[in-house]
Amino acid sequence: MTAQKLHEPAITPDLVARHGLKPDEYRRILDLIGREPSFTELGIFSAMWNEHCSYKSSRLHLRKLPTKAPWVIQGPGENAGIIDIGDGLACAFKMESHNHPSYIEPYQGATTGVGGILRDVFTMGARPIACLNLLRFGSVDHPRTRHLVSGVVAGIGGYGNSFGVPTVGGSTAFHASYDGNILVNAMAVGLVRKDEIFYAAATGVGRPIVYLGSKTGRDGIHGATMASAEFDADSDEKRPTVQVGDPFSEKLLLEACLEIMASGCVVAIQDMGAAGLTSSAVEMGAKGNLGVELDLDQVPCREPGMSAYEMMLSESQERMLMVLDPAKEEEAEAIFRKWGLDFAVIGKTTDTLRFVVKHKGETKVDLPIKELGDEAPLYDRPHVPTPRPEKLDPLTLASPLAIDAALKKLVACPDLASKRWVWEQYDHLILGNSIVGPGGDEAVVRVGDGPKGLALTTDVTPRYCFADPVEGGKQAVAEAWRNINAVGGRPLALTDNLNFGNPEKPEIMGQFVGCLDGIGEACRALDFPIVSGNVSLYNETQGKGILPTPSIGGVGLVDDVAKCVGVAFRAPGEKILLVGETEGWLGQSIYLREILGFEQGAPPPVDLAHEKSHGEFVRDLIAKGLVTAAHDLSDGGLAIALAEMAMAGGIGATVAAPGADSAAIWFGEDQGRYLLAARAEQASEIVARAAEAGVAVAILGETGGETLRLGAHPPVLVRELLDAHENWMPAYMAGGGKIAML
Amino acid sequence: MKAAIVLFPGSNREGDAARALRQAGAQTAVVWHADHDLPAGTDLVVLPGGFSYGDYLRCGAIAGRAHIMDAVRRHAAAGGYVLGICNGFQILCESGLLPGVLMRNRDLRFICKRQHLRVERNDTAFTRAYAPHQAIDVAIAHGEGNYEALEETIRKLEGEGLVAFRYCDARGQVGEAFNPNGSTNHIAGIYSEKHNVLGMMPHPENLIDPLVGGIDGRGLFESLIRAA
Repeated sequence: MTAQKLHEPAITPDLVARHGLKPDEYRRILDLIGREPSFTELGIFSAMWNEHCSYKSSRLHLRKLPTKAPWVIQGPGENAGIIDIGDGLACAFKMESHNHPSYIEPYQGATTGVGGILRDVFTMGARPIACLNLLRFGSVDHPRTRHLVSGVVAGIGGYGNSFGVPTVGGSTAFHASYDGNILVNAMAVGLVRKDEIFYAAATGVGRPIVYLGSKTGRDGIHGATMASAEFDADSDEKRPTVQVGDPFSEKLLLEACLEIMASGCVVAIQDMGAAGLTSSAVEMGAKGNLGVELDLDQVPCREPGMSAYEMMLSESQERMLMVLDPAKEEEAEAIFRKWGLDFAVIGKTTDTLRFVVKHKGETKVDLPIKELGDEAPLYDRPHVPTPRPEKLDPLTLASPLAIDAALKKLVACPDLASKRWVWEQYDHLILGNSIVGPGGDEAVVRVGDGPKGLALTTDVTPRYCFADPVEGGKQAVAEAWRNINAVGGRPLALTDNLNFGNPEKPEIMGQFVGCLDGIGEACRALDFPIVSGNVSLYNETQGKGILPTPSIGGVGLVDDVAKCVGVAFRAPGEKILLVGETEGWLGQSIYLREILGFEQGAPPPVDLAHEKSHGEFVRDLIAKGLVTAAHDLSDGGLAIALAEMAMAGGIGATVAAPGADSAAIWFGEDQGRYLLAARAEQASEIVARAAEAGVAVAILGETGGETLRLGAHPPVLVRELLDAHENWMPAYMAGGGKIAML
Repeated sequence: MKAAIVLFPGSNREGDAARALRQAGAQTAVVWHADHDLPAGTDLVVLPGGFSYGDYLRCGAIAGRAHIMDAVRRHAAAGGYVLGICNGFQILCESGLLPGVLMRNRDLRFICKRQHLRVERNDTAFTRAYAPHQAIDVAIAHGEGNYEALEETIRKLEGEGLVAFRYCDARGQVGEAFNPNGSTNHIAGIYSEKHNVLGMMPHPENLIDPLVGGIDGRGLFESLIRAA
């Protein structure tokens, strides 16, 4: 019986277009290889040159971001960024999106997002110690939102819980611009000894290339291409391009990889993520200035009859590629067999700088390996700056609700309501190092037995970015900076996950460029470099794009976790201090949207010099043990921050307005501010230190009682606020959201 | 005391258990699921939390039939101590060392939170460090913790003092509102007939540190040290 010859379609303009390649991009391929590509080669170009893998629209602008600092060990370009945290240890971290697949199939889309980012971290030799996420869903009134929330949350939990890493923080919010394109951004953080970091670059000619992990199936073929296009009315038909996650396999892969790395067998390692075997093999060769030859007959397959095209483009999960020391091949194989994982030598490194793929005796691919990546198209897409909106005059805004009523409504609005329903589905306690867990703005995870810890946060305010991309970009970085300082951490570095619409539209590209300008400016001013990241474009459905959402994941170092403070008021009779100045900036505020019903005006400007001095001042107070609680001010301003501190501690407060007793002062979202609680004698010391440091600090009031009293407004029971705050999300998910919101 | 922690593929709280045991003064060893014997001189076997075999088939079903479980059954039959936490409890039920079954949580969602437990009796090897009916603050993290058994089994557990812990509030009050998963009679953990095998869904090993929530979990490990 002869093997059935697989039918390969002829290369036609239509086939090229269906691979997401533009006519000029196809001409580029012809010029590069001097002949018509084979079907498999076309698939490979499509996988390597799509937006997701090639960053063709964004590369030019990403280069402008600051990525260096003395503590940065590895910047962008590897699987994850790595920073030095002292004591011979390093922290590897990255954030990545799984937006498109999560909209199509929320559970599997989210699980494989978490799985992919965990793999990025442990591929570098780091053991994951924490996960975070940033989720954006459509309007709470959209009929699909509940389904997406419940699937995504279950998926994130389903993977992380089983894998055994705590999900310690995140952010979940809603906006109609995400109705057709939700955002699922997952961040993973791991620890590795500085001298035991592994990289993707292969070295040495003739070394075995080994395939490890799960078998290859027909799932996720062209997933990265799908993630590089807008959605249309038929997007549901793309479900087969979504991969299926298996956290059990990933847990085994983690343990086996770390064991094999410790044994000294591994020369280079790369996980198979987007564009699977293609991207991982090409990267290992290209980075190491080597050629790669693969024999697909050796690839462990889940089903018979898979073609070279399918194997090269499958995005089956939980797979790794390694270059091994040939002398230790057997030792490595024994470790993998012990963990019950597939292990197969599927190729070798060569000195030809060619990427050669053979299948059933035929050469299916023979391409120049460096050019596959290096010669990917690079676009300087036209971009127009977003017109700067006018500043709103708060005095022109008639308030329909009294301050106390507005406060009650805001603590229970979808974006500010408690997300306990979400984070209680995530195991946030495993590993026993969650010093500050989910529910606040930031998390702290102890490093081993301490005393050091990592302060972690994910932030972005998309409505600011939409109104003014530059200020919005700055603000996202500044908020991450503030959140880390507010627990007593020293901000060290960032990962970014840039979610935007269709970059072929000059306005969208303008948002992208503007946000990056703002992010870059803030990073430079705060000495807070970006060490890893991911770009997700084409978040559009039928021509309607999302709010520009450059998610920022921040990592800071806490020298002694015993000195960390949380947001909760600790005791009655303590002074409440406000750091920073309050003008009463209502433009683009939550108050404006939720109480007055519109999104308008310029977002609050970010004064980076103030951010720096205020942040350092607060961090120093925490290190000296002068404060008992600290909270940064963001969405909802002063009143919401006070309510959050009161609800977390179950203790009320009486507070005077830092200016007029008006909605603008209570709910304005002026930047660069923190609230602190301190014992009376220490409060006066803080005020004295602030005067010396030139930082604006005022004592606004005192903790105590069962109510929150804002200025001259009627007191509100903390218990009542807490009930409203906690009840919104469970009621919404149970189907009673509309009623609960009234 | 010598404790052997069994590692199944997919176990993930073995390190947390080892940390709690060592803090209490135990020596710990890790035993691979495919091994046939426990280390000589083992006083306590711990089946840690996690997702053994990915929870495929049923939680604990595959692990309950692993080679090492024969050795664990021999150890238990000889009066040795066995502690199964979370997935470990599920494995104990699947292996026949404890009766009953852990079903999906009432709300069909995984739930991770702090949870109070009432110590039903403080005269066993696992609970001597606690006061009678003390409400301890520990953690839960499970999707299948809803304990069910035949009526006669429940009667026997209740009648013979084999219920180890019940879900409760901070004051030790038991009731539907404090039951996180729908478990029969609010059962959070049960003993074998001789009280030498304990299976429990909650995680005392995650509450051993004042910086990470509190130290109410320590008593269980300290009790075992005293017993051995």
